[in-house]
Amino acid sequence: MRNIWTIAAREFKLYFSSPAAYLVATMLLVVMGIIFYTNVVGSILNQFPPNTQVVLGPLVTLLLFATPAITMRLLAEEQRQGTLELLLTAPVRDYELIVGKWLGGFLFMLSILALTWLYPIFLNQIVDPGIDQGILVSGYLGVILFMGSLVAIGVAVSSLFSNQIAVFFTTLGVFLVLWLISLPTQAMGATGGELLRYLDFSEHFYSTFYQGVIDLSDIIYFLSLTALALFLGTMSLESRRWR
Amino acid sequence: MIQVEGLTKDYGLRRAIDGISFHASKGEILGFLGPNGAGKTTTMRILTGYMPPTSGKASVAGYDVIERSLEVRRRVGYLPETVPLYPDMTVFEYLKFMADLRHLSQVEDKVDDVLELVHMEDRADGYIANLSKGMRQRVGLAQALLHQPEVLILDEPTIGLDPAQIHEVRDLIQDLGRERTILLSTHILSEAQQVCNRVLIINKGKIVAEDSPENLRSRIAGSQRFRLAVLGETEGLEKIIRDVPGIKTVAANDRSVFEFETTPGQDVRPLVSRAVVSAGYDLVELYPIGLSLEEIFLQLTRDEPRAPEMAEVDDLLNTALDEQLDQPEEDASELKG
Repeated sequence: MRNIWTIAAREFKLYFSSPAAYLVATMLLVVMGIIFYTNVVGSILNQFPPNTQVVLGPLVTLLLFATPAITMRLLAEEQRQGTLELLLTAPVRDYELIVGKWLGGFLFMLSILALTWLYPIFLNQIVDPGIDQGILVSGYLGVILFMGSLVAIGVAVSSLFSNQIAVFFTTLGVFLVLWLISLPTQAMGATGGELLRYLDFSEHFYSTFYQGVIDLSDIIYFLSLTALALFLGTMSLESRRWR
Repeated sequence: MIQVEGLTKDYGLRRAIDGISFHASKGEILGFLGPNGAGKTTTMRILTGYMPPTSGKASVAGYDVIERSLEVRRRVGYLPETVPLYPDMTVFEYLKFMADLRHLSQVEDKVDDVLELVHMEDRADGYIANLSKGMRQRVGLAQALLHQPEVLILDEPTIGLDPAQIHEVRDLIQDLGRERTILLSTHILSEAQQVCNRVLIINKGKIVAEDSPENLRSRIAGSQRFRLAVLGETEGLEKIIRDVPGIKTVAANDRSVFEFETTPGQDVRPLVSRAVVSAGYDLVELYPIGLSLEEIFLQLTRDEPRAPEMAEVDDLLNTALDEQLDQPEEDASELKG
């Protein structure tokens, strides 16, 4: 545990001294701000009260692009600059390294997420009698779980390459596949698509968390996806030793 | 302290090390000498738990490197060939991070101690990105010493340092070696001889020779090669050199540069310089030259298939040792004439 924390703390601190991380966070917030403004104006014109969904919708989509940019560095950079040798010859278990990296990235993403609270707070001020608290809570819980899985996948992919660009695009590719994998099932009809639908990110978000519903099976989905990705990341790191 | 038996490592089809065995005991500084690509780094990486061998056994500080990897890693200080540093951290932050990973107590005192040991106290708050190569090497060394390990494994610890720093690091290693086991790799023969109690010569994944530096030194004899340069006209110079007693071969390397080999046991340089100058040539350079380490090993291994008599190998080795010894840092440029 102590090693996990040591590694996570280093990563977390490093993000705050890295211009790339600030850039990603800024882009995320700026783009969200534009969409937020448009959505709020749109709902006022259409005369229905905006709720947290005008924040959650764009946030979830933008996370698909922002997360790879945040996680790509985690292990790829260690490989490129040769410091992976330092960590693998220190008395640190492989899973501690992977989980530590994940935790560092996850905590940084949480700090970005904390900033997006500005939008619901603002929304709460302008809407009478205030926004739907249920959607706010379940929506953010869903986003946090979702983000945990994204960062875990990002760490696992980052263990594969020493080139950050390669990591970025591979991670994004994996995200998009998991985001869209249930689409073909619509053409396949009701049968046969069960598995694909179960694997899909959005199936576990839009019909539940996004609507203010907290379903245990969705929580289990995201937690097990996170655990699986971290396990695969550990395997991949271990396999480096045998290559 | 270090026990290695029949260690083999394959990278795909290429065999990096081929059944090597050796041991090192407490208080011993064992030198690992060989050209680049000989398998030094691979062996060290196996001993530090970075990767497992394909076959064979190795133990460090009494623990098997595969079965008890974590125990080994706790007891070993390792300086890899490419010094693993985080450029975006300060020296202090970096060492503190490593100390935390090793669960050390009184981290600040220990960091201060190792910084003092490598003479970097005044750069503790500087970013690693701004350090020179030599300073980075010393920070890497500091990292390896943090937990006062029983076994130190240093992969080319003096590479990239200036002569004064090399001297310093060698002294430091000798100091540390009194109560620890040190395995260090180098491709500089004189360094191995100066610092180590015992030298292993490794080439193409095999140990080709093992000896104490004293024995290596005592075996130094044999022929020597020199290079000589003159200014201007060189007509007839080759013959003049050849006529000096004790000269075995002469070859014109360039229009004004000659290489000659002398018979063992006598220094013919005064005779040669006198002959050249008295014949009216302007002698500007006369210095011993050696085969590079790579060349020595190439020759050693080329001879291997037809199983040479030991004398032949010895002779070759001696020549090489001799030449290497004669040209450490200052590159021995003797000007006569």
